[in-house]
Amino acid sequence: MNTYKEKLFKALTYTASLFVIIFLFGIIYSIFREGLPILKVVKLQDFIFGSAWYPTHEIPEFGIWTLIIGSVYVTLGALVVALPLGLGSAVYISEVASPRMREIAKPIIELLAAIPSVIYGLFGMAFLAPAVRQWFNLPTGLNVFTSSIILGIMVIPIIASMSEDALSTVPKALRESSLALGATKWETIVRVVVPAAKRGIIGSTLIGFGRAIGETMVVLMVAGGSAKIPSSIFHSTRPMTSAIAAEMGETVVGDLHYQSLFAIAIVLFLITFATNIFTEIVFLKRSAR
Amino acid sequence: MTYRRLKSHIGINLLRLCLAVTALFLIAFLFRIFSKGLSVISWQFLTTPPKNSMTAGGIYPALVGTFWLTVTSIGIAFPLGIMTAIWLNAYGKPAWLVRIIRISINTLAGVPSIIYGLFGMALFVNMLRFDVSIIAGALTLAVLALPMIINASEEALKSVPVDFRDASLALGATKRQTIMRVLIPTALPNILTGTIISIGRVAGETAPIMFTAATFYSRRLPNGIFDEVMALPYHIYALMTEGTKAESQVPIAYGTAVVLLMLVLSISATAIIIRYRIRKKRKW
Repeated sequence: MNTYKEKLFKALTYTASLFVIIFLFGIIYSIFREGLPILKVVKLQDFIFGSAWYPTHEIPEFGIWTLIIGSVYVTLGALVVALPLGLGSAVYISEVASPRMREIAKPIIELLAAIPSVIYGLFGMAFLAPAVRQWFNLPTGLNVFTSSIILGIMVIPIIASMSEDALSTVPKALRESSLALGATKWETIVRVVVPAAKRGIIGSTLIGFGRAIGETMVVLMVAGGSAKIPSSIFHSTRPMTSAIAAEMGETVVGDLHYQSLFAIAIVLFLITFATNIFTEIVFLKRSAR
Repeated sequence: MTYRRLKSHIGINLLRLCLAVTALFLIAFLFRIFSKGLSVISWQFLTTPPKNSMTAGGIYPALVGTFWLTVTSIGIAFPLGIMTAIWLNAYGKPAWLVRIIRISINTLAGVPSIIYGLFGMALFVNMLRFDVSIIAGALTLAVLALPMIINASEEALKSVPVDFRDASLALGATKRQTIMRVLIPTALPNILTGTIISIGRVAGETAPIMFTAATFYSRRLPNGIFDEVMALPYHIYALMTEGTKAESQVPIAYGTAVVLLMLVLSISATAIIIRYRIRKKRKW
């Protein structure tokens, strides 16, 4: 038959598949190419652990420790908000709610996960920040606390949706055996169902972590932006993503500041990459079982 | 015994509380956006350009910009994504290459959107000299959408029963014919659902277009794909952070947010409804 058409089709799809590899290497190559040269000027340990971020001073200093800490603070804050609420909601929807309610709740969660982050940023900036400032009598509402809440609200649908998926794959027989042995509903949930879905739940948390630490618009708009290590959750901070987004416009292509921002992107990429690989392993183990 | 029952009762109500708090947060969020933004929207708001350095007027150029960015990027990512999914599903040899491709897809899916922005700026804007333009932004967004489209298409292809493929092959159809006439048509609704969801995501992204496509303020429409554009998500950010007249800019930002939100939510809702219908109708 038409073998050359067969071959052409195969070759075409094969070539298309190579694009993901090309794109990934393109991303890695471009951020390393633009970012690594900063190490000619700053030593690696001074870049990572230096706590003075003055890229535009006459004698500039490029220490990103404050930015890393800023990212870690708002991300952990977001997880403190999102993990109990997201997981609690997922358990409720999967274990307690009626099938009808489950059928309605799942798509709604999915819809919420699609809301653009800039809209969360707008909400934080125009509504929550002024409210927080008033409630706690602060000089500014743009701080770690506010951005953690907003990021948390953003991450809840991700954690809830993925945890619910994990919980729903727990075999029904496990629940029924536990109940038949006289365990209460709560005991069944806490000692049987949740432990059985543990890997999926950890995986969802890690995905949420990756999403929160890489999120730009919310922290850019709500975290305040001061490049100092915040001494309280009501202080303003500048996470890595917001430093990149806020300062890139001021740089000249190829200058030290530009290079340093790409170098921050390298650090961010490595953090999310490591998180992903770790998550993969967690998930792979589950599917291998 | 009663203690255990009580504990169970409290525990379950605690879970109910979690869901209630979550719902409350989200309702407050949506209510605030809609209550502040709906009143701003009018036909004029949608069809006129901004005036007086963004303190008045509409968002027409941003709507058009978001349309072109989204259409162009999906136009690039969709064929690539579906072909990749076909190769992974139907050919997929050698195994080591499949593994590398899968790792790449997963890694790409987890890359923060701001890094896509930097990548697009370094490659498309500076190296390839596209400047800040629709095409640079659309290519950046296409790379971002690609893993989503591949994953959705592959899921869809996987859900086609093996019998269908075997039957087609047994009738003497070639592999290509089986893919084009049996696999793809059967999986198409699901593929489209996944693609529609990624359209919603792409339309709402801000960070990737910040340095590759978007401009703060433009009274005219783009002249071609090498022209910079306004875009809805970036417009919201610009209104909130640039300029000095907060009292007249914030309402416009809310209005723009409602337009973007309705756009994204209606796109995603369409996808979810289509999927629901397919699941109900499917006979295998």
